[in-house]
Amino acid sequence: MTARSATDGLELLELGHDDRGPAPPEGRERGDLRPPRIPQHAYLTGLVLALAGILMFFLALVSAFVVRKGLGGDWAATPVPGILWFNTAILVISSVTLERARRGLTAADDSGFRAWWGVTTALGVAFLAGQIVAWRQLAEAGVFLATNPSSSFFYVLTGAHGLHLLGGVLALAVVGLRGDPPEARLPRSTAARVAGVYWHFMGLLWVCVFLLLLLGQ
Amino acid sequence: MATEAHPAVHHAPQGFWRKYIFSTDHKVIGIQYYLLALVAVFVGMFLSLLMRFHLAWPTEEVPFFGAMTPEQYLALMTMHGTIMVFFVLTTAPQSGFGNYFLPIQIGAADMAFPVLNMLSFWLTFVAFLVLLAAFFVTGGAPISGWTGYAPLSALGEIAGPGLGLGQTLWVVSLAIFSGASLMGALNFITTTLDLRTRGMSLLRMPLTVWAWFITAILALLAFAVLLAAGLLLLLDRHAGTSFFIPGGLVVSDKQIPHTGGSPLLWQHLFWFFGHPEVYIAILPGMGVVSHILSCFSRKPIFGYKAMVLAMSAIAFLGLMVWGHHMFMSGMSPYSAFAFSLLTMSIGVPSAIKTFNWLGTLWGGRIQFTTAMLFATGFVSLFVTGGLSGIFLAQPTVDIYLHDTYFVVAHFHIIMGVAAIFGIFAGTYFWFPKMFGRFLNEGIGKVHFWLTFVGVYAIFMPMHFIALAGHPRRYADNTAVSFLEPMASVHYFMTIAAFITIGAQLLFLFNFFWGLWKGSKAEEINPWHATTLEWTVPSPPPHDNFAGHVPAVYRGPYEYSVPGAEKDFTPQHLPEPQAAAGDD
Repeated sequence: MTARSATDGLELLELGHDDRGPAPPEGRERGDLRPPRIPQHAYLTGLVLALAGILMFFLALVSAFVVRKGLGGDWAATPVPGILWFNTAILVISSVTLERARRGLTAADDSGFRAWWGVTTALGVAFLAGQIVAWRQLAEAGVFLATNPSSSFFYVLTGAHGLHLLGGVLALAVVGLRGDPPEARLPRSTAARVAGVYWHFMGLLWVCVFLLLLLGQ
Repeated sequence: MATEAHPAVHHAPQGFWRKYIFSTDHKVIGIQYYLLALVAVFVGMFLSLLMRFHLAWPTEEVPFFGAMTPEQYLALMTMHGTIMVFFVLTTAPQSGFGNYFLPIQIGAADMAFPVLNMLSFWLTFVAFLVLLAAFFVTGGAPISGWTGYAPLSALGEIAGPGLGLGQTLWVVSLAIFSGASLMGALNFITTTLDLRTRGMSLLRMPLTVWAWFITAILALLAFAVLLAAGLLLLLDRHAGTSFFIPGGLVVSDKQIPHTGGSPLLWQHLFWFFGHPEVYIAILPGMGVVSHILSCFSRKPIFGYKAMVLAMSAIAFLGLMVWGHHMFMSGMSPYSAFAFSLLTMSIGVPSAIKTFNWLGTLWGGRIQFTTAMLFATGFVSLFVTGGLSGIFLAQPTVDIYLHDTYFVVAHFHIIMGVAAIFGIFAGTYFWFPKMFGRFLNEGIGKVHFWLTFVGVYAIFMPMHFIALAGHPRRYADNTAVSFLEPMASVHYFMTIAAFITIGAQLLFLFNFFWGLWKGSKAEEINPWHATTLEWTVPSPPPHDNFAGHVPAVYRGPYEYSVPGAEKDFTPQHLPEPQAAAGDD
């Protein structure tokens, strides 16, 4: 057993000849306090994992919905406000406009990207506003959170989805307003891709929630 | 497989706040998690001492507490369980050691998302403060157990002391903790998948990394469900909904206005989280123990791939057995049969792991360092606690044993103490790497033997009083005549608990003495181990590899390779050097 000095580790690392990594990425200097860059696809990995967690959260609520409904007795179906059809259409269209914006990004058409991205963000805000209208309509009809287990789930599911979608709207707004600073750890193309996948997922999730509220009660 | 991770060119921040408090360095965050768990474990142990004192001398005033009511006993029990399960067993092995060593062991400069990592820790810290606040509000801490069973946990203060604001703080704390754990899990998985260095294929990862990776997957799936359950419980408590509260309840002479909810729904949601949580606590320990047994047996781990598969199988099956916590709930015997069969099948991968640990030890040149002692102690406790689990997995036996001390003994040995032994093993092993100084081995060995004998002395007798019908959660055992003959056993267990917890003060002394006065770790690889954390200085520089990107050429446990000059061949050595046995 040989005693080794504290610098041995670094020498050891050099033994493999090619152990020195590539030069610092462009736009970075020694003394940079920011965390190192990571491969761009790691952002997508992170997002997919976040979506897995979100999916489990909603699956737990949906399984509770199914079990609670199965207990019968006090369950009375909550009427689905008609405006939800309109909101659903808005969200589906927003997924299309988002893809249109991303095409602009690929084609280096900055104004096209900004315009369609802005439209998508606006549609997201419109959806949220529409959901608030739906809640108000229900409240005016005397259907509140605690009125019935069915209405409880209606508010919980739409509320939880709305909060997640609000996060998506904020992400869209940030990506749209931020531009594409060259020194950013997260370039605009990756940010737009990640925000886009999140947005599509929120759209799909909404369709599932809507179908459950429409047909599952 | 990601190989293009750029070298870390960032330097350590110099200001106190950025360097030590709101740090994004995974090593600082790992230590923060560890210290949080250290504080939490002493709070949790103090609560258990108060309970044990009361159980041994029910009529006496408890020191530092005074006379104890049954409700106060239940509040202590609830807080002890919650603190230990979440802020110790989930926090230290996974978030503490995992944060510190996962990036280094895979050759990364940091976690994938350092800011998120910092946020995870500080949310966990806030969750801990919110939980502790429950002691200091009107009504005190909740009394519904760490499982927070509804309807008791859902009704509010009308149901008893601690069930008002105290219970609300408990739910909020768990919700915050869940959010933090989800973010942590996301970070761990992404880092493992995308930031491995050149040559670090999945099957070259140390078993510690596999354990943290699999645990993170479990956490991602399980904590999301706990968060959903907590949300519904909060709504039942404060918004008048009836998810978990059944109709027609009369509490404190008052008719409860809720209708038609199901307490069993809470149990299903809670245990869908709760059972994986058991594996979240123990899997990192399995990784650490495999890592250490191989090193101090000077042998490759026996059956590396089998170990990976066994951990994956345990995690996978662990997601499908939550119903075995609910055999008493009146579930269909057919469901109980399915849950029982699945539960007992976990015995297969568990046995594979145990045999592989023994196979690793077999014929090895064993070095009984303190870390090794704790690792072997882990195996002993894992077998003991695992065997009692097979009893409880059978509905017919569980119906008799479920509400007795048998369950207390089982989960303390398998989930509590075994996991703690994993933490101790990791601490004695990695302390020189983390702090550049050794813990005292002499004190460590005394600490081990007192703890090892102590925990058996505390928890083995519980099996026997359980067979004599002793219920758990009773605050006063003298109130029931058939329990009176067992008073002396309680007395024995309480004395054992005092001695064992006293021995932990030795550890605390060793820890802080080691930080400042421990003998310096001059060698960067004092244990002559093979993985990447032993190729960097102690403690490692801010970006771990000082601007280099390490490359890996071999598996993680190449000890005593035939023909090699030395009995360990580090992962980063290319073939020519390995043949010469040069390090």
